[in-house]
Amino acid sequence: MGEETTPTAPADADEARLVERLVAGEEHAFAALVSKLGPGMLRLASSLLRDRGAAEEVVQETWVAALEGLASFERRSSLKTWLFRILVNRAKTRRARDARTVSLPSMDEPPEEDAPAVDPARFGADGHWSAPPVAWPGNTPERLVLLAESRAAISEALALLPERQRSVVVLRDVEGWSSEEVRAALDLTEANQRVLLHRGRSRMRAALEAYLSGAR
Amino acid sequence: MLTCREMTELMTDYLEGRLTFGDRLRFQLHLGTCRHCRAYLKQMRHGIQTLGRLPDQPIPKELEAELLRRFRSWKKSS
Repeated sequence: MGEETTPTAPADADEARLVERLVAGEEHAFAALVSKLGPGMLRLASSLLRDRGAAEEVVQETWVAALEGLASFERRSSLKTWLFRILVNRAKTRRARDARTVSLPSMDEPPEEDAPAVDPARFGADGHWSAPPVAWPGNTPERLVLLAESRAAISEALALLPERQRSVVVLRDVEGWSSEEVRAALDLTEANQRVLLHRGRSRMRAALEAYLSGAR
Repeated sequence: MLTCREMTELMTDYLEGRLTFGDRLRFQLHLGTCRHCRAYLKQMRHGIQTLGRLPDQPIPKELEAELLRRFRSWKKSS
């Protein structure tokens, strides 16, 4: 999969300036990068490791490794992609280490269920809806994230996604990354990225539907 | 004609702009005549938009402080 990784989009100008200042040792630039990229790093690390303390340690290790390797950072990729690749590798190492004591599935090729987007029972023999989706009037995205209860339901549904689906959905839909950025950070082929995104998004829709219909 | 079940498996390819010209046409043709699949597509978008609006959690103060300490010692040694 690695050799299919394509160069990522050039870093944006803001980021390029911050990197210059970081290399020059400016603390403000470092702090700005930490507050810009830190929350997303923590979110991904938490989704990979589940343990909050371990996730924070991995974020810390990542920044330390980045500072130490800053001289070798080639600006072909964006700092963001570079940092997240370090983060994913560190998280994998951490998982492998913890897996010896706690039983955890390996991260590299976990069996992803190839479940259909929608329960087949909801279609008739002709492939058309027999139990069609019902609109969600009033439950706008704004409203859903405002209410603690629905926010908790969404977080729970995210946590229940198979690992690679979760990583892709977190980066694409929560963090708003492009597919190219996600492929580069997670080392995925274009097709795999899309399949994982599709499975993850379909499950999230189903979870929202279950929550909004009061089935849970 | 695509079935509704097939439609649900093409949603992401459609949203990602990855359908071939012919499939895109078939997809849109089905959407035009099937309100259930329109509702389904709307829900997919709804889910994506909801995830995109989850509030950022700032990193904990202690972690931020520790990172700054690490930065200063990196700066001193470099």
